[in-house]
Amino acid sequence: MKLMINGQTQELDIAPDMPLLWALRDHAHLTGTKFGCGLAQCGACTVHVDGQPTRACVTPVSAVEGKQITTIEGASQSSKVTQALQAAWLANNVPQCGYCQSGQLMSATALLSQNPKPTDDEINSFMAGNICRCATYQSIKTAIKQAAASLA
Amino acid sequence: METINQSRRHFFKVAAAVAGSLTLGVYWDAAQAEEKAAKVAGPGEAGSTELKHGLFEPNAFIRIDPDNTIHIISKHMEMGQGSHTGLSTLIAEEMDADWAQIRTENAPADASRYGNMAFGNIQGTGGSTSMANSYLQMRQAGAAAKVMLVGAAASLWGVPASEITVQKGVVSHASGKKATFGELAEAAQKQAVPATVELKKPEQFVYIGKSDLQRVDIMGKVNGTAQFTQDVQLPNMLTALVAHAPWFGASVKSVDDSATKAVAGVKSVVTLPNAVAVLATDFWSAKKGRDALKITWDDSKAYKGSSADQFAAYQKLAEQAGKETLKEGSAQEALQTAAKTVKAAYSFPYLAHAAMEPMNCVVQLTEQGCELWYGAQLHTIDQMLVGKVLGIDPAQVKINSLYAGGSFGRRGNPASDYILEAVMIAKASPDRVPVKMVWTREDDMRKGYYRPAFYHSLQAGLDQAGNATAWFQRVVGQSIVTGTPMEGMMQNGFDPMSVEGAGEPYAIPHKAIELHTPTDIPVTVQWWRSVGHTHTAYATECFIDEMAHAAGKDPVEFRRPLLKDSPRHLAVLNLAAEKAGWGTALPKGRGRGIAVVKSFNSYVAEVAEVTVKEDGTFSVDRVVVAVDCGVAVNPDVITAQMTGGVGYALSAALGEKITLKDGQVEQSNFHDYTPLRINQMPVVEVHILASQENPSGVGEPGVPPLAPAVANALFAATGKRHYELPLGNKA
Repeated sequence: MKLMINGQTQELDIAPDMPLLWALRDHAHLTGTKFGCGLAQCGACTVHVDGQPTRACVTPVSAVEGKQITTIEGASQSSKVTQALQAAWLANNVPQCGYCQSGQLMSATALLSQNPKPTDDEINSFMAGNICRCATYQSIKTAIKQAAASLA
Repeated sequence: METINQSRRHFFKVAAAVAGSLTLGVYWDAAQAEEKAAKVAGPGEAGSTELKHGLFEPNAFIRIDPDNTIHIISKHMEMGQGSHTGLSTLIAEEMDADWAQIRTENAPADASRYGNMAFGNIQGTGGSTSMANSYLQMRQAGAAAKVMLVGAAASLWGVPASEITVQKGVVSHASGKKATFGELAEAAQKQAVPATVELKKPEQFVYIGKSDLQRVDIMGKVNGTAQFTQDVQLPNMLTALVAHAPWFGASVKSVDDSATKAVAGVKSVVTLPNAVAVLATDFWSAKKGRDALKITWDDSKAYKGSSADQFAAYQKLAEQAGKETLKEGSAQEALQTAAKTVKAAYSFPYLAHAAMEPMNCVVQLTEQGCELWYGAQLHTIDQMLVGKVLGIDPAQVKINSLYAGGSFGRRGNPASDYILEAVMIAKASPDRVPVKMVWTREDDMRKGYYRPAFYHSLQAGLDQAGNATAWFQRVVGQSIVTGTPMEGMMQNGFDPMSVEGAGEPYAIPHKAIELHTPTDIPVTVQWWRSVGHTHTAYATECFIDEMAHAAGKDPVEFRRPLLKDSPRHLAVLNLAAEKAGWGTALPKGRGRGIAVVKSFNSYVAEVAEVTVKEDGTFSVDRVVVAVDCGVAVNPDVITAQMTGGVGYALSAALGEKITLKDGQVEQSNFHDYTPLRINQMPVVEVHILASQENPSGVGEPGVPPLAPAVANALFAATGKRHYELPLGNKA
């Protein structure tokens, strides 16, 4: 199958029902996108498909052929929004264990792309699909607002 | 945790005796000082045993490259709690390094160099001991390195060492001579290791106690490059998924793997006593293969109990006398003569750790032994148990420790459960290739090692004036360490972690605590962030609140005289109350509750504010935390751990429980075991007490006071008590 990942076409020898998560991790060797639940419950696997935040663990690769797939590795290079968020993440020492943070940043990137000045309630509702067991939520909220201000 | 506390006290006693001018090694263990000092100092000891030209390795914890990078070898693993940053801070402080030159890596498994001094001769991270047991050791390692760098500069420049200063990684002399650590590395390697070093005085600190340090583990965690076990990729590696027995105590009777073997990518099927593993070229193939297995289980020895029956049995046990774990005065008699008595009972479910990264481990069996890659937390125990399974010397078990995607205790399993499972799969596999064993979320949720379920019954007596006169408590729950290599933590025939913190520290003249430890339940249990305090704090702090109400007193006013001998408790209680505006009026439907708990030698008080809505649901809006953890080495990390501890505890208090029906775990994933989400996170304010006491833990102590503070706040808002966790969403 041919997948467009981070601006490059990759030919992968995989079954069409394989979830995008495992195509990325086990075949494209992009391990920044994490496995957390396999049921779209936790958001650790969040990537962008044509700019839309998507749970890679429940998205078969057959559904994303010909679409632009962006992972944390790609967004770190190409997205000004992601970079602003990463700067704010650094400034606020957001991560603890760090395992969910790729997914948090990809969701936050989608949020600020759609809504450059989110309120607390809007952040809460957009980010509620991303679990952080270390409960870094308060710092995430602060960092999203800082990134929004820096992009304004 | 008394075993640990006692050795820690010993450590500080020895350390205090030599404070000011410390001799290398003395504070580990006076008896073994010489041997340890010899081991810790010397070339080639910093992580690898290969000595490369031009490097400076003053001791086991520091390696300086000619390019001026300082590698800090952390004996404590990083699971989010900030140990890598904390230990690096101590070394950078005494070296006067530039924070930007620091790179921190995990130590290999070698208890002789990287042992946790609070655990005896065991390398491991837990019990919130990382900072406490490293505070002097790491500072001394840094100070020794600095002496050697300065000595090297002095001899190169022909000036007295006393005239040389070091600031932010630059060594300089008034004559204008300057050098970086990297430039001095080769010369410093030839310097003698100093016999004694002088540590900085607190007023000289440039990093300790400062809030502007970036976490050393942060960069890879914001760009996706941080390496977790799940991310390990080795040549020819296979991924193993495991079908576990659906009941505790069940075993495999027979397996039909014909459909599995027809799945593309599946390489082999391996049968263990209580599980069947499928090895394949990637996760998805392994999962398809596992789903196609037809397994017949032998349930003749399986546990088929249910949670409701278990709690009914616990309640019955609590009506009978148990093992006495504390007796001061005569509580039962004092209850008979009390002017007023209060009674309550509390129940606590099994809890899963549910770290974001489900358990996993990579194994490569080699000619020499075995190599492992995972978020190792109890290296020495894991080496010992893996060595036993493979019939090899524990030293032949090489551990590559990686970042752990959370643990909350789970990765430090006293029986090395998930590690042994991975090793047994690799051992039984026909292919000698690296094996990455991966649990799914469902496996992680159902495979056990839970915070044990507990039941507490309490009675208290008050005199005419409302003073507490008697406290009688019975505790029922499984032991964590019984039957594990850590059974040495048992005291006088009971597991101290079952009752730690119960009834403490209130000065009540008659106190008794009794314990029942059921041994007929094979559901596996383990420490879960703050261990026994997860339930003893709730029972104690909710019951004290209830006693205050019965005495007609304000909960803070009621506690103060009972804390007359506990000044550090009192100080955090008062600070939290003051910062939260305790005593000021709140609108109808809102309530404030308080709790104060000492755990892992740190003191934390929390005030929770709740709002109860018209439909009976509630939200936790604000939590004020006051913490005394001794010297605040990294205020940012302390704040993060207190805030995260509040979130983790609130998550459990609101909605987490593992229940059994006919022996099977009813929960499976995050839709039915429901972690806290961002919209439920209260505003958390953390206030750190200034202290010159030795640093104590912060990873766990933020957890215990939260649930009782919330329950007490709900009572203040509604007049209704909560005797069962989780609270659910109704006030």
